[in-house]
Amino acid sequence: MTAAACIVGAYEHPTRKATDLSVAQLHAEAAIGALQDAGLAREDIDGYFCAGDAAGLGPLSMADYMNLRLRHAESTEFGGASYIAHVAHAAQTIAAGKCNVALITLGGRPRAEGVATGTAPRVYNAAAPDVMWELPFRSTIVKLYAMVARRHMHEFGTTSEQLAWIKVAASLHARHNPGAMLRNPVTVQDVLASPMISDPLHRLDCCVISDGGGALIVTRPEIARDLARPVVRVIGAGESLCGQHGGDMDLTRTGAAKSGPTALAEAGVRPGDIDYAGLYDSFTITVLLQLEDLGFCEKGAGGRFVADGGLVSGSGRLAVNTDGGGLCNNHPGNRGGMTKLIEAVRQLRHEAHPAVQVPDCRLALVNGIGGSLGTRHASATVILERQ
Amino acid sequence: MTQSGFDPTVPDENNPETRPFWQAAREGRFLLRRCRHCARTHWYPRDVCPHCFQPGTVWEEASGRGTIHSFTIFRAAGAPEVLALIELHEGPRMLCTVLADDIEGLTIGQPVSVAFRAAPVGPPIPVFRPDSTGERLAD
Repeated sequence: MTAAACIVGAYEHPTRKATDLSVAQLHAEAAIGALQDAGLAREDIDGYFCAGDAAGLGPLSMADYMNLRLRHAESTEFGGASYIAHVAHAAQTIAAGKCNVALITLGGRPRAEGVATGTAPRVYNAAAPDVMWELPFRSTIVKLYAMVARRHMHEFGTTSEQLAWIKVAASLHARHNPGAMLRNPVTVQDVLASPMISDPLHRLDCCVISDGGGALIVTRPEIARDLARPVVRVIGAGESLCGQHGGDMDLTRTGAAKSGPTALAEAGVRPGDIDYAGLYDSFTITVLLQLEDLGFCEKGAGGRFVADGGLVSGSGRLAVNTDGGGLCNNHPGNRGGMTKLIEAVRQLRHEAHPAVQVPDCRLALVNGIGGSLGTRHASATVILERQ
Repeated sequence: MTQSGFDPTVPDENNPETRPFWQAAREGRFLLRRCRHCARTHWYPRDVCPHCFQPGTVWEEASGRGTIHSFTIFRAAGAPEVLALIELHEGPRMLCTVLADDIEGLTIGQPVSVAFRAAPVGPPIPVFRPDSTGERLAD
């Protein structure tokens, strides 16, 4: 990416249950944390990015609440993948000279609000043309991902044991994260013995439901180099939107098959060069599909890649989600893209927990799958480099 | 966020683009739309063909037969229920409920055919049932 922008501030809100916090408050508190991390002031912000979790009219309401003075704002809504696209869009906007310091925020409280995230029908807009072809059939998020998992098992021989290894790796990382919701290591047998939610996905194949938030500050290199924190450069980005294609949908292939190669090519690197990967983990199957589609292994070989601790930092094939990910740590507001970026920044700053820090981590890939597999989703990829 | 007064599980029969589908459903007939330009059918039904992007697709009565492309059995609450992606005989894949006496015996590739299930409110909803007279799809 020419004139690459840099991530200079990152903050994960510590709450996991925001009973006494509003959604707008979560966004603002996360913004304060990211500004403090960067060593910048609210008055430095001239660009702002938020997605559908923002209260009210997106950036209009949030900028008013935080009293931001902006000359650029954007509200690309890719569900949980939004924030990864926002990083790329912020970099492009900065390169175009439309802003200098971009703030990206996330905040949500589904846990405090008692939202049955994956198991109850959810509708964002009654006028959406797809609603009447899905909700009368009691379509829900976990059912759709379970259908994807079963098809992958059918086509490639993937097993529930292999999927369970993804959760096992997350749990081995989460035991080092004091903020993680689930800190106890689990075994493959624990995953398989957990209640079947939507066959073949068990309870422990599903991410946590958590409240919280996060924020990032992206700026131009000339500003980044005068700040105290290690500089993380955005060197490649890609995105891809996938629907049902009029009935031609392929359940087992995600948009990462396009967004990944686009981002890697822009960065001039290959999957084998990546030191750390932050991969969207709404469900175990989500991680497996991204590993294949991003090119970390052949299509259909994801089960063998993740098995036997393949994703455990230090001993596995690739260090993935070393904060415990959405499967164990945090999935704030049902949106996992922000926390994937924040842990990648920790890794590239060499500030992850020592037990999970990738030695000399220089190159990270972050990928998000927002919306839902099985209906319509966006995949957003960024490649980040420690300067 | 569910909007107040709106039940997303009840199809909107007043939507002008899709009204004929639900009218036919009340008569037990299963419709698809076919494009007059590229001659392909698609799912979900819409006026502009999602394949060739020409307006003016037309309704036709479909076979109502297909095979299970994938499925899940939801077991987290109440009686187990099945959501499936059905590959229709005419080509497109369609999300739908499957009703079966033996849901534990369902398999990918299994032939199914459409029926309509009465709903407490709104039009009858399509469901698919195993159809032993149908042809199993080779993978």
